Amino acid sequence: MDYFAQQLINGLVLGSIYGLIAIGYTMVYGIVGMINFAHGDIFMIGGFIALITFLILISVGLTAIPVILLVVLLVSMAITALYGWTIERIAYRPLRHSFRLAPMLSAIGMSFVLTNYSQVAQGARVKPIPPFIKGGYTLHESANGFVIQLSNIQIMVVLTTIVLLAIFTWLVSRTRLGRDMRACEQDQTMAALLGVDVDRTISMTFVIGAALAAVAGLMYLLYYGLVDFFMGFVAGIKAFTAAVLGGIGSLPGAMLGGLAIGLIETFWSAYFSVEYKDVAAFSILIVVLIFMPTGLLGRPEVEKV
Amino acid sequence: MSEETILSVDRLTMRFGGIVAVQDLSFAAERKKITALIGPNGAGKTTVFNCITGFYKPTGGAIRLSHDDGRQIALERLNDFRIAKLAKVARTFQNIRLFPGMTALENLMVAQHNALMRASGFTLLGLIGVPTYGEAEKRAIALATDWLRRIKLLDRADDAAGNLAYGDQRRLEIARAMCTEPALLCLDEPAAGLNARESAALSELLLSIRSDGTSILLIEHDMSVVMEISDHIVVMDHGVKIAQGTPQEVRDDAKVIAAYLGTDEEEAAAVMEGGT
Amino acid sequence: MTATSHETTKTRRSAGIPFLLKTAFINAVIALVLFSLMIGIRTEAGSDGQLTYWTRFGDLASLVAAVFGGSIVIELLRQWIGATGAEKLVPASVQNGVSFIGRYLAPALLIFTLLVPVIFYNQRYILDLAILVLTYVMLGWGLNVVVGLAGLLDLGYVAFYAVGAYSYGLLATNFGWSFWVCLPLAGILAAFWGVLLGFPVLRLRGDYLAIVTLAFGEIIRLVIINWQDLTGGPNGVSGIPRPSFFGIPIDNSDDGLAAKLGIEYSPTHRIVFLFYLILALALLTNWVTIRLRRLPIGRAWEALREDEVACRALGINTTTTKLTAFATGAMFGGFAGAFFATRQGFISPESFTFQESALVLAIVVLGGMGSQLGVALAALAMIGGFELFRSLETYRMLVFGMAMVLIMIWRPRGLIGHRAPTVYLTKAQAISSDLVKEGHG
Repeated sequence: MDYFAQQLINGLVLGSIYGLIAIGYTMVYGIVGMINFAHGDIFMIGGFIALITFLILISVGLTAIPVILLVVLLVSMAITALYGWTIERIAYRPLRHSFRLAPMLSAIGMSFVLTNYSQVAQGARVKPIPPFIKGGYTLHESANGFVIQLSNIQIMVVLTTIVLLAIFTWLVSRTRLGRDMRACEQDQTMAALLGVDVDRTISMTFVIGAALAAVAGLMYLLYYGLVDFFMGFVAGIKAFTAAVLGGIGSLPGAMLGGLAIGLIETFWSAYFSVEYKDVAAFSILIVVLIFMPTGLLGRPEVEKV
Repeated sequence: MSEETILSVDRLTMRFGGIVAVQDLSFAAERKKITALIGPNGAGKTTVFNCITGFYKPTGGAIRLSHDDGRQIALERLNDFRIAKLAKVARTFQNIRLFPGMTALENLMVAQHNALMRASGFTLLGLIGVPTYGEAEKRAIALATDWLRRIKLLDRADDAAGNLAYGDQRRLEIARAMCTEPALLCLDEPAAGLNARESAALSELLLSIRSDGTSILLIEHDMSVVMEISDHIVVMDHGVKIAQGTPQEVRDDAKVIAAYLGTDEEEAAAVMEGGT
Repeated sequence: MTATSHETTKTRRSAGIPFLLKTAFINAVIALVLFSLMIGIRTEAGSDGQLTYWTRFGDLASLVAAVFGGSIVIELLRQWIGATGAEKLVPASVQNGVSFIGRYLAPALLIFTLLVPVIFYNQRYILDLAILVLTYVMLGWGLNVVVGLAGLLDLGYVAFYAVGAYSYGLLATNFGWSFWVCLPLAGILAAFWGVLLGFPVLRLRGDYLAIVTLAFGEIIRLVIINWQDLTGGPNGVSGIPRPSFFGIPIDNSDDGLAAKLGIEYSPTHRIVFLFYLILALALLTNWVTIRLRRLPIGRAWEALREDEVACRALGINTTTTKLTAFATGAMFGGFAGAFFATRQGFISPESFTFQESALVLAIVVLGGMGSQLGVALAALAMIGGFELFRSLETYRMLVFGMAMVLIMIWRPRGLIGHRAPTVYLTKAQAISSDLVKEGHG
């Protein structure tokens, strides 16, 4: 039981990170209908920028951890968001009204570019950082000596995710930008006719998605204590799986899917085998889609005849 | 079900969530006749079509198709493609659904898929090039050519379907449905978007299809077409049948006039005069 | 959309030098922010695991300067050409010329390919490269059945390539079965997996299908890595036998092919044999595909790509039609995999990553979906181009990714943008790709 509770905590933390990345996929899919294959790499770039900012801040002698974290968060969000914006401008906007497969391949190409760009720029080796946020709480200690740990970093990841989701939900449901985004999702031509700046709205979608991915990158860096140039691929596929599992286009679905993938992965590793955790996640995706072809929270597709 | 009935719809009900699109609808279509299904927009006509052709599974009721040889088929139990394949019901769509990147001829060849599949020994014999397949393909091309001639598109046979004019596409879609050699042809607003001359040509085409022995079920807004060619008319409004009979009977039916007037006065007037 | 972009063109043209400098300056500032940390700072883990960093402001400055200069050049080019979009870079006459040449290009290319081992007999490198290109031509043609004809998006094609490779590798090393027995088996097993995957998932539409096939490709790769007892895990399978000339080994021994023919043995014999083997396999793929297109099943595939609902209304069983497309594509992938295994003599999971799937898909899309000649040309351009940049080493994938983006912007519909009809009454007219649909599945 204790073991189960501990895995539950670990799974929720991992799921929060996947969920943050998955939101970027689902937003872009909802609004432009394309799989942004480069999004996983955006997450990786976010992790790298966070890492470099950390290094600089520490080397200039800053010691107050909350200040460091805040600065790192803002810098990595800002720069990564600019990456998202630039990629949309260069690789996707020229293909907006093109054939379905063209933007997808452009995105795959962009993903290769980003992966190898960071390999060239920062080298192929794994980059570790010392643990910044130490300590935690012992929730429960059983008779046989097993303890359920809740570390501070885990609390931070979950809290940050909740706060970001709250801001994000407010943004989508209450602001002008959110309304524009929802309008573009329904019908871009009509939205444009009604005075919505479609180009700007789509750009903002990429910017927000990239910023959330940057947060996920920072969380990953803090939680696992390392980044490498290839981490975007696996995390990206998992997060996309999460988005599809939750029902692509649905924002709560992305978060739910992220949590589901995080939990499946953690429990599978804990109770069955670590080696097959990804196989389990992908297999469950396939099984869910067979029975719920539009994911957990996706709108059922009504075929117009 | 009498000898003359090809299709009988019995207490058909279709619900989408809480919305009842069709309720307890019963009517019959006679063999080798043209039956029209009319009614104001949103009356549930296309839903009835989709139930008959298997694109929707009806919530309740029965749809029976009886073939010349007396075979009876329960359509509500079949999948869409089996209805076309086994029950020999063909249909067209309100928004034309041709294969735009394929030529007119290819469109008509695809329609003969099942017959050609058998002739090609489910691909294996065709792959090694048995002569029987070659002959079957020649016959298929002959049938397609025949239909292209009938719809006056023989000279456009090798043009992409997507490049044809709107009216030509409408006729090609009917020809494609006919190439499946159906017992019952269901047409969803075949005259929509056609000009007067094209509508007249369409009426002529449908009458010739009927005289060849194919029964037709028709949804149409163009009353000039409906009144001219229909043998029997079923009028629907808000998912229920409000009247049926010959064109003359329906035209004089108070409920029908009310249904059209009730929706929009001008539209009703225009419709009854035979405009669009 | 067109109207507004046209307007901006006009304003751009009249804007002149201040505008040019302003655009370049903005781009340079964006580049500065983007590259500031990633290029300006280089991190590295030291020997004690401690992270250190050093600055590279020189590199950063030159990169930003390059963006500044590059923006000016691109902007000038754009104004000079007319800024109506990259597609217009190729004049219509050239595009028509390409399709005209196309008729003679295919036979010419085939004759040249047949002669490659004769012309380049002493150039082992070129022969090896040619074999690689032909392998991708075959993979491209195989995937083309699924993506180009049936319009089903398959992002996990490499799974079937892997199934084929491991089928041969394992059967040959464990049971000593010959290549010629295993080749059809590899195809059948791959097709079997195709059906197994396809059966439940083919009712999914569009991107759901894409992600499921991607997941399937990853599952196969992960199982290969982790099922060490069977597959050797990351170490792979080695010592896979080389193919024989229908039982006669191609080696230096007394019963070798060279000895039987009474000629002196040379290692090139095997390479030449492999060359003609993959050429034969690729041409088989091509022949089968061309024939299938003219059979009802092939027409149904294309009809499915055009409009699935209409297919069902015509009595076509869309599930089995999709399954056959999937299985046919998978089978060719399996053949290619078996060839890959026998050529390399060693296979490991590293050869079957998502990047391979993406590469083959890129070849199909760049070729112009559905065009056999286009796919062959695209494979030649992609794999050949990839080799040209071999000296760039780590920059190679970077350049490759950029090329993919640029090619898609330049020609979103691929090199050969026409569809040839499968049957005609009087004259076969090429159909413009603008009319041809891509499918939703």
